[in-house]
Amino acid sequence: MKKDIILSGVGGQGILSIATIIGDAATRAGLHLKQAEVHGMSQRGGEVESCLRLSDTEIFSDLVQQGCADMILSMEPMEALRYLPFLHEGGYVVTSSSPFRNIDPYPEVQVLDALGALDRVIDLDLDRITREHAIPKSANVVLLGAAASRIGILSPEQIEEGIRNIFAPKGAQVVEMNLKAFEIGREYGRQ
Amino acid sequence: MTRIKLLLGDEALAEGALQAGIGGVYAYPGTPSTEITEYIQHAAKTGGEKLHCTWSSNEKTAMEAALGMSYAGCRSLVCMKHVGMNVAADAFVNAAMTGVNGGLVVVAADDPSMHSSQNEQDSRFYGKFAMIPTLEPSTQQEAYEMIQYAFELSEEEHLPVLLRLTTRLAHSRAAVAVRAERAEIRRREVADDPRSWVLLPANARRKNQALTARQPHLERRAGETSFLRELVPERGNGKGIVACGTGYNYVMENRALEEGYRILKISQYPVPAEKVRVFASRCRELLVVEDGQPFLEEQLRAILGGDYPLKGRLTADLPRTGELNPDHVATALGHEKAPARKVPEGVVPRPPALCQGCGHRDVYIALNRVLADYPAARVFADIGCYTLGALPPFCAIDSCVDMGASITMAKGAADAGLRPAVAVIGDSTFTHSGMTGLLDAVNDRSNITVVISDNLTTAMTGGQDSAGTNKFEAICLALGVEKEHVRVVVPVPKNMEQITRTIREEIEYEGVSVIIPRRECMQTLARKKRVEQSKRNEEATK
Repeated sequence: MKKDIILSGVGGQGILSIATIIGDAATRAGLHLKQAEVHGMSQRGGEVESCLRLSDTEIFSDLVQQGCADMILSMEPMEALRYLPFLHEGGYVVTSSSPFRNIDPYPEVQVLDALGALDRVIDLDLDRITREHAIPKSANVVLLGAAASRIGILSPEQIEEGIRNIFAPKGAQVVEMNLKAFEIGREYGRQ
Repeated sequence: MTRIKLLLGDEALAEGALQAGIGGVYAYPGTPSTEITEYIQHAAKTGGEKLHCTWSSNEKTAMEAALGMSYAGCRSLVCMKHVGMNVAADAFVNAAMTGVNGGLVVVAADDPSMHSSQNEQDSRFYGKFAMIPTLEPSTQQEAYEMIQYAFELSEEEHLPVLLRLTTRLAHSRAAVAVRAERAEIRRREVADDPRSWVLLPANARRKNQALTARQPHLERRAGETSFLRELVPERGNGKGIVACGTGYNYVMENRALEEGYRILKISQYPVPAEKVRVFASRCRELLVVEDGQPFLEEQLRAILGGDYPLKGRLTADLPRTGELNPDHVATALGHEKAPARKVPEGVVPRPPALCQGCGHRDVYIALNRVLADYPAARVFADIGCYTLGALPPFCAIDSCVDMGASITMAKGAADAGLRPAVAVIGDSTFTHSGMTGLLDAVNDRSNITVVISDNLTTAMTGGQDSAGTNKFEAICLALGVEKEHVRVVVPVPKNMEQITRTIREEIEYEGVSVIIPRRECMQTLARKKRVEQSKRNEEATK
């Protein structure tokens, strides 16, 4: 089995932390993994993207081919749409629907219409959800929770273990907050 | 004992260098090479290794210090991004003349597609230019193993070795099997051979003869390395592929072997010509798959002759420029593409921008305000976060070329009568390559205004120490800038009136003036706060 995931968002939104959590879970599960990251200039509020590839057999390319990704996992709606050419026909988009408005004008109507026109999409108003639950720093983990049951090659429980491991050095409070965020996300994923 | 670690290509290489028992790493930060040195710094902090790992002022000082360490008998590593090779080139090329004592490996991280760079030069040309062995890993595991081999090779051949990475490998993570125990620092006798190390013409001629005569031997070694791989398909289609670096991964991803292609993976240069000749004789045509410039392809053309059917970047079977990807290779192999959706209308680019609250913003706001009254003014900027001042809403700079060019270009333009000529340079870039240019300007009394926008860090690459922190006024005065024309301001909105007045006064001054807006980078400030917060959390948990 093989899963190709495109992670996307705006620099600073925490997509690399999502990759780190999945990476930890995948390594523990003995899976092969390749994850191409973006460092440098684009991290200053620009568009960022990471290819995350998981497989039970050897992976060669660090990059995903067009039309081959199983999932786009995005912290920002326009950034989800930017990578649609990579998604295969049966692939899922799991994205925040809260626009990150650091460009003017932001094409909000077009973006939300295009998102609504997708057949397999889970969109979450992450701004509202994190505000309501007072977890402003864990938006990325909410998103991961919403995607968890569809990653397939890893179970939600394995990913949860990844969250514990990755946040452990930051203290028990931070771990708890992120586990809560993950559970909230999973609830949205079930709907 | 081995254990599995999830590592970036950069980190895998750093881990391998530690296993090779290096005495030190010398580097200036530059994407995509920065994480190599950072990994070693972290290891030295936690592991108690007494190796050198602080940042150098620039790539040339790094290269020379590493050569000195090699002279003294230790293995030393030098890391830089590709354009850093231009800065280090004098030392790099001449190190091939002197040769080395302790193993010396230079890592150049190339950036095809220019994700964070101003050109896409291919460092392998530097290896050929200096006539030294050059290595090119394909995977993170290879990066880990190859750096250890590189040190052995360097000591066996008494030559520096160049190891070339590209962005995709440097910044991609994979599981790497590493030895659990760290190696001790290795030491040999100090060099004692002035005939090798004093490059007077008489010595240099002899060394040059020897190095040139050694090339067939180095070529043979490149053909014998265990990293070279020849894959023979079960049922061949008569065609062959020569691939290297990440290009090899894209070939394998596209199942070229299963399709019947014979595959030769080259991992070491000079190009093993005999190996290639024999391989080509078993195929009726070849595709060359390499990331970067057509370094290998041009040489294969020369080795195989003009009539041999050779495809690659020069024949437009692969794109002539830019980073290679698996889709390009699929096209070159004639694969039908998976159906792909279009990017919906309305999706627009989102360029990077200066952080909210960044001091560079206030600098550009002030500069734009003052220069509105000087329509002939030109602003020569430099390499760093503040290059983003080129984009809206600031549109504040007119040039950005290479590290340090702001001051020297402003000087040259002022020499030609352009006025006002303003240079904008960051603190780390100033100590990297700006100081000598400022001395030129002082000696000529050039009419320029230099803004050293000091955020106390090397920000663009993620906040590494900046060599000149707390020393800028002293440096400018020592270089001969007059005391009353070295002005320090704090770039915050409430000081705007004072900042604009200062800029205006110094533009009006006929001679060299330096304005230093100084305020800590928002990113490093936020990081400090995060570290403090997690310390508090930790204590609370206890």
